[in-house]
Amino acid sequence: MTTAAPSHWPGEILAAFKAQDVRLVPYVPDNVLRPLIAAIEADPHFTAFPCAREEEAIGIAAGAVMSGMRAACLMQTSGFATLPNALASLVCAFQLPVVMVVSERGTLGEFNPGQAIVCRTMRPILDSMGIEHHTLTRLDECGFQADRALRQAFATRWPACLILSPLLTARPQ
Amino acid sequence: MTRPNTQVMNRAALTKRILGKLHKREAVVGGIGNSNWDLWAAAPSRPENFYMLGSMGLAAPIALGVALAQPERRVLALEGDGSLLMQLGCLSTIAAQAPRNLIIVVWDNAIYQITGGQPTPAAQSGTDWVAIARASGIAKSHWAADEAEFDTLIETALTTDGPHLIAARIDSEPGRHQTDRDPVRFAQAFTRAMALPIG
Ligand SMILES: Cc1ncc(C[n+]2csc(CCOP(=O)(O)OP(=O)(O)O)c2C)c(N)n1
Repeated sequence: MTTAAPSHWPGEILAAFKAQDVRLVPYVPDNVLRPLIAAIEADPHFTAFPCAREEEAIGIAAGAVMSGMRAACLMQTSGFATLPNALASLVCAFQLPVVMVVSERGTLGEFNPGQAIVCRTMRPILDSMGIEHHTLTRLDECGFQADRALRQAFATRWPACLILSPLLTARPQ
Repeated sequence: MTRPNTQVMNRAALTKRILGKLHKREAVVGGIGNSNWDLWAAAPSRPENFYMLGSMGLAAPIALGVALAQPERRVLALEGDGSLLMQLGCLSTIAAQAPRNLIIVVWDNAIYQITGGQPTPAAQSGTDWVAIARASGIAKSHWAADEAEFDTLIETALTTDGPHLIAARIDSEPGRHQTDRDPVRFAQAFTRAMALPIG
């Protein structure tokens, strides 16, 4: 298991969520996301809760964003891999600004062969649907990337995905 | 517990009965295929209706998102039994969040009607939606014995704290009218409707 390096990336993401008025955060947990989930759950600005499945989180975010509440779905790489149908037939077909934040497993030191293969599917899936994605690797850039990606998603009414690389979440900063 | 011996009703007729009771810009999310085709047949131009496309099983999660965003608005999900079976975990999520304004209606025709009428494993096993919903933590879950009780259950769900789940056994008639296939227009109309105050 990788353990999160003592850095402030969760604070950067949280600040970007707040700046872009994201309030709803449905998630399926992941160890790397733990400090982000903890920070969001501790902050009364947010309504955050676990879902049984990532598709559910996407559905919840879709309903919320059409009803005036911005949302971001947190998940791990393997959770993302369950999503192509929901992304294509709901999020993309209806042009909904649903934001995903994916902690990237399966690269830079992965021990689980399955995770490594799943990881290779993620960017081709996103690219095939024209979903903009940004890989966050540096503490000094991640806040800017997150803020701008979310701003663009909501302004252009199109989904976006932030990929949290081990370079951000595991590398000593 | 197994599926009770309630009256077999008709989805198009029951959908019309629901729509007749909506006077406060309630949101209605129609599940894949027949559920939203009969919603379309009942009130095609109602902008508070959301007609989902291919994301089978997501009507209730979408409705949960609407309900959390707008606690003052009543929100209904109309979902087929096969669709609910695909996303059963959402019942626990809904029970955990306990939105007072959410109503889930389950159309139990015991088959995947739209793909050729194949029986669902739930029908083969005698799965009871109301028992599952209650065991998931949605205490206010009921079978509608007949149309009169369906009316009463909907009226109660529209006026008392939920979440509520109402299950109805229905016949195997397909949906009456296919929706337009214009998801962007549906999303924009629904978004605009959700920005208006409840009546
Ligand atoms: C993820 C996924 N799997 C399979 C399908 C194909 N499919 C479309 S509708 C349907 C059956 C829906 O059954 P139910 O919700 O019970 O509604 P009914 O057709 O009986 O009214 C299936 C299997 C799909 N659209 N998406």
